[in-house]
Amino acid sequence: MSRSAWVGLVVLVLASSVADLGWAHPRTLDRSRQVHSDRSIADRSLELPTWDQIRQVLLLGDYNVRVVILGTTLLGCAAGMVGSFTLLRKRALMGDALAHSTLPGIVLAYSVVTLAGGNGKTMPVLLAGATLSGLLGVGVILAITRWTRLKEDTALGAVLSVFFGAGVALLSISTQFKEGNAAGLESFIYGKTASMGMADTQMIAGAAAFCIVTCLLLFKEFKLLCFDDGFAGSRGFPVVRLDMSLMGLVIVVTNVGLQAVGLILIIAMLIIPAASARFWTESLGRMFLISGGIGAAGGLLGAVVSALFSKLPSGAMIVLVCTGMFLISMIFGSARGLVVRIRNRRLLNRTVNRQHLLRAMYELWEPSATHAGPSATAARSESVSVEALLKKRSWSRIRLLREIRRSQRDEMLDAVDGRLRLTKRGLVEAARLTRQHRLWELYLIHHAEVAPARVDQGADTIEHVLEPQIVAELESLLDREQAAVPASPHALVSEDTLTGTGEF
Amino acid sequence: MPGWSWQLDGWIVCAGVLCAVAASLLGNFLVLRRMSMLGDAITHAVLPGLAVAFFISESRNSLPMFLGAVLVGVLTALFTEWIRRFGRVDEGASMGVVFTSLFALGLVMIVQAADHVDLDASCVLFGAIEYTPLDTFQVAGLEIPRAVAVLGSVAILNTVFVIVFFKELKFSSFDPALATTTGFHAGLMHYLLMVLVAITSVAAFESVGNILVVAMFIVPPAAAYLLTDRLERMVLLSVILASASAVLGHIAAIEIPGWFGFRSTTTAGMMAVVSGIVLFLCAALGPRHGIATRYIRRRLLARRILADDIVALLFRWEENAGSPNLSAADIGRLLLCRKWTLGVAFRRLVRSGELELDGDRFALTEIGRKRAQNLVRSHRLWESYLQDSAGVDVDRVHVPAEMLEHFTDSQLREQLGKETEAAHTDPHGRPIPEEVPEQS
Repeated sequence: MSRSAWVGLVVLVLASSVADLGWAHPRTLDRSRQVHSDRSIADRSLELPTWDQIRQVLLLGDYNVRVVILGTTLLGCAAGMVGSFTLLRKRALMGDALAHSTLPGIVLAYSVVTLAGGNGKTMPVLLAGATLSGLLGVGVILAITRWTRLKEDTALGAVLSVFFGAGVALLSISTQFKEGNAAGLESFIYGKTASMGMADTQMIAGAAAFCIVTCLLLFKEFKLLCFDDGFAGSRGFPVVRLDMSLMGLVIVVTNVGLQAVGLILIIAMLIIPAASARFWTESLGRMFLISGGIGAAGGLLGAVVSALFSKLPSGAMIVLVCTGMFLISMIFGSARGLVVRIRNRRLLNRTVNRQHLLRAMYELWEPSATHAGPSATAARSESVSVEALLKKRSWSRIRLLREIRRSQRDEMLDAVDGRLRLTKRGLVEAARLTRQHRLWELYLIHHAEVAPARVDQGADTIEHVLEPQIVAELESLLDREQAAVPASPHALVSEDTLTGTGEF
Repeated sequence: MPGWSWQLDGWIVCAGVLCAVAASLLGNFLVLRRMSMLGDAITHAVLPGLAVAFFISESRNSLPMFLGAVLVGVLTALFTEWIRRFGRVDEGASMGVVFTSLFALGLVMIVQAADHVDLDASCVLFGAIEYTPLDTFQVAGLEIPRAVAVLGSVAILNTVFVIVFFKELKFSSFDPALATTTGFHAGLMHYLLMVLVAITSVAAFESVGNILVVAMFIVPPAAAYLLTDRLERMVLLSVILASASAVLGHIAAIEIPGWFGFRSTTTAGMMAVVSGIVLFLCAALGPRHGIATRYIRRRLLARRILADDIVALLFRWEENAGSPNLSAADIGRLLLCRKWTLGVAFRRLVRSGELELDGDRFALTEIGRKRAQNLVRSHRLWESYLQDSAGVDVDRVHVPAEMLEHFTDSQLREQLGKETEAAHTDPHGRPIPEEVPEQS
């Protein structure tokens, strides 16, 4: 393959990345060219910042750095807050489609104003074009999902690519105008984080304040919209208008974000903080605040890191900081994080195993106890072999032995020459569990008309989650308010099968 | 056509068509699996793959780059799936997290070497399809553009894949759980599809730019989906629509700016736009699901029902009292119908010879009476049937009968007659008229 093949691929991507994220702030680029022009192409070492630089950045000594950090922090906060609603409304990728669909509007607004003799490259003109075109894009997406049988993802992708294609085609024409100069028009949507000026920051601050205030004012309405729009409609909330205002907020964030920090970054900032916040809480109010906080922290840290290392582009660093926080949240999140979920599952498994073991012990001991007399619960139980337990249900030896050890530690069981016996405490607990199990079985037989041979399985799964109130209800329903354990309504794994193996 | 040269434009169109075919073939299954945005995600996310391949091979060889990009493309799909499953994050959000993160990562990596690469920002995003004929190599004595060769191989690969695994793809797209229980490996098909999507994205990247690949993945299959309910036809239609969009897109790129006095514009962009127009047309005019088609069909039905209601009303009026016929205003009042709509319906009925105007009053002709008699028969048969066999209360039989009468043919009436044991009166005590043979 030829050398041009390589250029075709990498340079292409490079160029798109420059355009997409706007790292190529001329000042940085020129400086690094001068400094590193003698370095090999594969030399990727980072230059560590000097103490002076670190102090300068951390104390916000440099005016430029101060402005950039402030801007990205505010933007991150606003995007995180708006993003938490769009995420819950399952519209996370709407920002992506929206950001792409602003291009034709920008170019058209520029063209119209330029051809009319004005200066097309002013902020209000371009912003107006971007907003109109974004609104049109959202409208088309909503129309497609509503009136055709295409799904939302297809509508998003179609609008994104067709609008962007139209924008590209228009852009190519607009560069041919004799009047005006279209060069750099696309940088409006590809951003210029590092060279953000005070004017940009002021605009971001204004937009962020607007978004945050709107979110707070419409918090209840948006909450309803996200969780149950049908219910909201039936209560008389103007669902369509609320939906439109939420999309309007996304457009505001996207627009200020686009020209400040670029296409991919603004998509990331709308999605990642909200997705991270979701791992920490089940309450929308808290998620809203956490998401804003993560967005702000991402903007702040990313900008600081990029200010410290001149070779790290700020837009990309902000995204990566957010991604780091996402990974941390996904693993350690206190509400839905992996660690918490795995721990909960483990605890549940242990409880289930313990309860199965105790009931199995009780049922093996039960026949001999009935011979001994009614005061059996008070007496110590007969010993039971591990082999007998193993046959009682389909559990592996390892699982059984592990649970036996654990129960011994909790003084539920004790072992006498390889045979097991319930302790007094264990017996009480085992009797309670067996009673619950059988009450449920009786309930199924008498009130749900399930055949006695089939009740065991149903009761087996539900016995672990029976709450005391439910047990009390079962007792009164079945007229069994005395504490005795009722006899099993079906045949247990019989002693014949056990003695047949020669263990007894 | 002015300025058309087969040497240049021929190859450009050829590359465009091949890319469109390759992408839309796979796109059908992405659209059906609700993963349309994956193409977009992958074209953005391949960046770190390119960077790592470049750093490892330390060369500008394109094969490692290609492999690296495809690998990361597959990883994008994999990570999206993992985050969705283990983190319980909504699919769109997990895709958004993955592709933006990978893009940023790749950017950070590649910036380290960027000082040494000459950049031309405009050639990428907007697709370099115009430069296709410039980069050629020899195959069997023919000078073929590299992009055409690459895209051609990808298109062939995708075609073979879709044909060989058509049954598996179909099954696992519509019901992955059932596919797995019947012994197909739905997961394997999923990842094979992901690999091919990644290959296609990367290969098409350089010839048409990423946005157009995304367009060709989604838009033609979406348009085909609106035209048909059968997967075979959908795949075929999507390929045809995609090729047509590519050809027309290039022509439009050359021609349309000329109308306003400009030179040609970006071919890739115009191809996307044309495919969008095709989608719009299909959404509006599709034979079964088109918005306009559905609207027209509904209007036609409304018109027929109104005509039915008019003749049935006149029939009942005659039957009741034999009183003077009704005027237009009376009918409008009784049928709660606007004057204008009613006027159109009258004119139509008079023209078809079912009504005649007697002074300012309307009367049924013989033809009209036949139609009305059968309608009223249907109505009353339904009422009897609903009361006798479906146990519906007498007060409630009228409304469903009113709806069903319009869709009841002579065969159904015969069956209803049998079910109601040839009842002579309906539950309200009115006589059920005899069946009259339809006029031939």
